[in-house]
Amino acid sequence: MSQLQQESAEQLAASVELPGAAPVSEGKPGKKSGKGHQQQADIPLRKISWRTRLGRDWQMLVMMVPGVLFLALFFYIPILGNVIAFQDYQPFLGISGSDWVGLQNFVDLYFNPDFWVALRNTIVLAVWQLVLFFPVPLGLALIVDSLVSNKLRRWFQSLVYLPHFLSWVLVIALFQQVLGGAGLVNNTMRDLGLDTIPFMTNPETFPLLATIQLVWKDAGWAMIIFLASLASIDGTLYEAAAADGAGRWRRMWHITLPGLRSIIVLLLILRIGDILSVGFEQFLLQHDAVGAGAAEVLDTFTYFAGIVGGGWSAGAAAGLAKGVVGALLIFAANKVAHRLGEPGIFQKKVGS
Amino acid sequence: MSVPTITKSTKESSMTATLSDRRATKRLNKELNYNPGRPAWKEPASPLYNAIKGVVLGGITLSIVIPLLLVISTSLADDEQLIAAGGFVLWPTHPSFAAYQAIFSGQFMIRALGVSAFITAVGTFLALFITITMAYATSRPVMLGRPVLLLVLFTLLFAPGLIPMFLMVKQLGLLNTVWSLILPGTFAAFNFVVMRSFFMNIPTELIEAARIDGASDFMILRKVVLPLSKAVIAVVGLFYAVGFWNAFFNAMIYINDQTLYPVQLILRNYVVQGGSMADAIGVTSTPPPQSMQMAIVVVALLPILLVYPFLQKHFTKGVITGAIKG
Repeated sequence: MSQLQQESAEQLAASVELPGAAPVSEGKPGKKSGKGHQQQADIPLRKISWRTRLGRDWQMLVMMVPGVLFLALFFYIPILGNVIAFQDYQPFLGISGSDWVGLQNFVDLYFNPDFWVALRNTIVLAVWQLVLFFPVPLGLALIVDSLVSNKLRRWFQSLVYLPHFLSWVLVIALFQQVLGGAGLVNNTMRDLGLDTIPFMTNPETFPLLATIQLVWKDAGWAMIIFLASLASIDGTLYEAAAADGAGRWRRMWHITLPGLRSIIVLLLILRIGDILSVGFEQFLLQHDAVGAGAAEVLDTFTYFAGIVGGGWSAGAAAGLAKGVVGALLIFAANKVAHRLGEPGIFQKKVGS
Repeated sequence: MSVPTITKSTKESSMTATLSDRRATKRLNKELNYNPGRPAWKEPASPLYNAIKGVVLGGITLSIVIPLLLVISTSLADDEQLIAAGGFVLWPTHPSFAAYQAIFSGQFMIRALGVSAFITAVGTFLALFITITMAYATSRPVMLGRPVLLLVLFTLLFAPGLIPMFLMVKQLGLLNTVWSLILPGTFAAFNFVVMRSFFMNIPTELIEAARIDGASDFMILRKVVLPLSKAVIAVVGLFYAVGFWNAFFNAMIYINDQTLYPVQLILRNYVVQGGSMADAIGVTSTPPPQSMQMAIVVVALLPILLVYPFLQKHFTKGVITGAIKG
């Protein structure tokens, strides 16, 4: 909140200096105290009529038009389209012609065992990701940060960021070529007379495989945020601690980890708030190979129920339920972050 | 005590030092076991920890390099080597482009490349246009700036959902056109936030000076802000371009017409799903399917490998880290 106030104060202070408002700002040059400053800033805003502001800002408003148009067409109007979750939507009748059925679609969803399988898979995968994926970028960042040679560090960073830019289709294709039934590993094992291992098609081990794929693709990229926080830790702290006789582990425990605390807490809470989203393309691509029992997540359920199966309303209901619960979870996570004295995401992003 | 003097002399002499001087300093540093990059307070490197780090970093490096090398080499290998090696090759002894000739022999793959190139080029241009104008307009204290900003930030919290998006695209009459692959991706709130926080760090004085000289907002954006923002435009442009190049799901649901398939969808249909290429692509000559599959993988991979090194250097300039630190 304070950030918001501060920014609006800045905004007003800046508007004072614009040509249109110049005469008004001459009024009270003397006041300097915090409250007085705010009051002083308040006055010019009221005096500038919207006509003046429009004359001054119309070019900026023109610049907002393409973006606002995009948001309207591909965000806000589709959000309204979610009303079909409360209808028995028929494409040939349209939204206005279809019957309203109240919460029937949600009730159907509740009694649909496939939905619960999808929900269970989603949460299982999220937990796997939390336990196996989350610590990897942190550990990698600590190792990379400890490298003395800048050249080596730059080379390694360039290399591990790369998989993030490959598409999921490509990543799955690469995994198939190496681990698939006719892939490199199984080919070699066959040549050696050993039994092949169905890495890519075994539903039992699918959560592990999916997490490894995610680590391969994104752990390097996720490291960037930890490296940024590591770089912002004051180097003299390490020097002072070393002079006092702290070894490398003590320095890590007493300087590095407290320095990273805030970002770790933030990311952890955000991940928990975002637990219903585990990725979509990755699971859609492996849906056939592994089967719906293991690879069906909420997003793929929506796709198969809605677009493939033609159950538009059922799919929209599942999507809407996931979206609403997801948004509530993110709100809750942000509240927890604030409680712990961390900046939380919204404030951070609005303020930046 | 000898340690600081050595660093000093290295620094001073580096202006005029000949190669042999530098070599001598290096040798001396090595003899004294002194590394100028290593802070003096750090304990000497431990062989055990170095070995562990080496194994971890080396393992990760190999896990990334080997699959990429494998597909590139196998796509280039000739028949004899492939058969002898049992399907996979880590280094082609007699490089041959037979697999590429085969996949490009029909119109199919060329058209897919054209579609992908078109949506990437046009999409990135449109996306940068919308993002830059929107980010600049909301980065200054102007009328309606704050409500519009909130409109954008709300998109980070909630998604409209797959089915309403599909219905919207259908309603706009975009189904089965390339525009269905372009327009829905021309704005992303994350890129907007990166761009806007960069614009907000441009000193206000510069913009005011231009305004006093009589520049309009359009002119300030074009003549003052954009020239200062090349790094962030490169990074955000890369994000958008990669997004457009990599998109396959949009094509899967919005496109029925096979002539409008982008490369990623071909990759998915014929490599990941293992569909038969012969009937669809109309391939007549037949190199081993393995190397043809690999060739398709390489076609999807290569543009990213080519563009990445040029844009990657901007990451370290703190464009992204600055945005993340807020």
